[in-house]
Amino acid sequence: MTIDTIIFGISAVVAIFSAVMMIGQRNPVASVLYFIVSLVAQAVLYVQLGALFLGAVLIIVYAGAILVLFLFVIMILNLRGSEDLGTGSPPLSRLTKFLVAGLFVVELGFIVRNSVFSNVSTGVVNLPESFGSVEEVAKLIFMKYLYPFELTSILLLTAIVGAVVLAGKKVLQDTEGTGSEKDNVKPPAKEVKS
Amino acid sequence: MLEAVIISSAKILLLVVAVLTGCAYSTYMERKVVARLQHRMGPTYAGPYGLLQPLADAVKLIFKEDIVPSRVERVIFALAPVISFVPALLTFVVVPFGPEIELFGHTIQMVGTDLNIGILFVFAVTSLGVYGIVLAGWSSGSKYSLMGGIRSSAQMISYEIGYGLSIIGVILVANTLSLRELVDQQASFGSWMIWRQPVGFLLYLTCAIAETNRAPFDMPEAESELVGGYHTEYSSMRFAMFFMGEYANMLAVSAIGATLFFGGWHGPILPPVVWLVLKVVAFMFFFIWLRATFPRFRYDQLMNFGWKVLFPLALLNTMVTAALVML
Repeated sequence: MTIDTIIFGISAVVAIFSAVMMIGQRNPVASVLYFIVSLVAQAVLYVQLGALFLGAVLIIVYAGAILVLFLFVIMILNLRGSEDLGTGSPPLSRLTKFLVAGLFVVELGFIVRNSVFSNVSTGVVNLPESFGSVEEVAKLIFMKYLYPFELTSILLLTAIVGAVVLAGKKVLQDTEGTGSEKDNVKPPAKEVKS
Repeated sequence: MLEAVIISSAKILLLVVAVLTGCAYSTYMERKVVARLQHRMGPTYAGPYGLLQPLADAVKLIFKEDIVPSRVERVIFALAPVISFVPALLTFVVVPFGPEIELFGHTIQMVGTDLNIGILFVFAVTSLGVYGIVLAGWSSGSKYSLMGGIRSSAQMISYEIGYGLSIIGVILVANTLSLRELVDQQASFGSWMIWRQPVGFLLYLTCAIAETNRAPFDMPEAESELVGGYHTEYSSMRFAMFFMGEYANMLAVSAIGATLFFGGWHGPILPPVVWLVLKVVAFMFFFIWLRATFPRFRYDQLMNFGWKVLFPLALLNTMVTAALVML
C-alpha cells in the first residue's frame, strides 16, 4: 500500500461522506460546509490524477467564490433550520423527483457494471509528462475547443444579463415614479448594492 | 523516502515556528509604529524596549476565561478561528526563501514545495480564508457579528476578482506560474517585476489590504459601528486565533507581494532569508502606516471602489499587458 493509495482512500471517503451529509442536513449552513469539504476532497483527487490546474481552479472558483455567495445568501435570508424550508412538495413533483432519482440509480448501475464487471483491461496508461498542466489545458480550450468555449461564455453572459434585468426591474420603476411626481415624494431608498 | 519525509517535516516545522514568531512580533511592531506615529512610546515595560510584550500578551490571553455564549452554534463557533488561521499558514508553503543549498550531502530546495502552479495554489488557499470570518459572524448568534460576517463576504467577493486579475499581468510577463521560477527571473534589481508591472503592483497592494481586512478597508471589524465585528463574541485564545490569523494573512500577502514584485530573496551581501524578511517587514510597515493615516471607508464607497474602479483598472491592465506581450 503506497502513500498514494492511502491519500486516495481518505479523500475519496471524505468526498462521498460529505456529499451525502450535505444532502442530509437540516441546517443549510452545515450543508454548505459539507459541500466545501467535499470540494476540497475532490480537488485532492484531481491533483492525484495529475490535473493540478483543474484541482486549483475547482477550489478557487467553486469553494472560493460560488460557495461564499451561497453562504452570503443563506445568511442574509437567515435560514436556520427545517422550519424555514417550507412544506412538502405536491404529489406530481414528488413523482418526478423519484423518477429522476430512479433513472440516476439505473445510470449509476450501468457505469458500475461497465467498469467493474466488464472484461476491459484497466491497465496503466502512460501519460505524457505535461498532462494536466496549465499549458495543455489552455491548448485544449483556446485551440481545439475554442468555439464551444466561447459559446459557453456567451451563454453565461446572457444568464448574467438576464439576472440583472430581473433583479433590477423594481428599482428602475421606482426611480421613474419619483421622476414624474418630483417634489411631494421622498427620494427612493438607495439601490442595494450586492 | 525517509529522508524526504524528514526534510519536509523539518521545513514545515521551521515555517510554522517562523510564521508564529512573525505574527507575535508583527503585533509588537504594529503597536510600536502606531505609537510613534501618534507621538507615544508604545509598550516599554516587558523586557528591554518592551520586546517581551507579545509573550506577555500570549500568557494573558491563555489565562483569560474562555466564554462561549449560550446561543452559538457550538461546532462552527469552535471551528471558525482555526479556519481563519490555517489558510494563511498554508500560503507560506510555496514561498521560496532561498536558493538550493547543500546540507549533509543532500540538495535542499529552500521552499516548502515547489509547485508548478504555485500562484494558483496561493489563490486557492487565500480564497478559503474568508470562511473563518463569515462562519464566526454567523455562528455567534449576535447581530453585530452577523453584520461583520456579511460585510466580510461581500467585500471578499468584490475584491477577490481584482486581486486575481492584478496577478495575471505578472503571469503574462513572466510566462510561468511557479513562484521559484518567478524569483529566478528577478535576480537583479533592474529585473524586478514592479518595474514591468507598476499598475499591477498598485492593484495588488490595494486588493491585498482589502483581502486582509486592514484599515482603511476594515469594515468587517469596524469597532466604532460593529463593536468588534465578527469576533465580538470571542474571548481568550479563540480571539487570539483570529488575531494571529489576521497577522498571518498580512505576512502572507507581504511575502507573496515581495516574491511577485520585488525579487523575493534576491539581494546583495546579506543572506537570502534576511532579504525576504526585510522586504516583508517593509510591506508590514506600509500596512501599519496606512492604518495610522487613513480613516475608514464608508461601506458603499468600498463597494463602489471595488467594482467601478479596481475591477475595470485590473481588466485594462491585463488587456494592455497581453497586447504588449503579444507584440
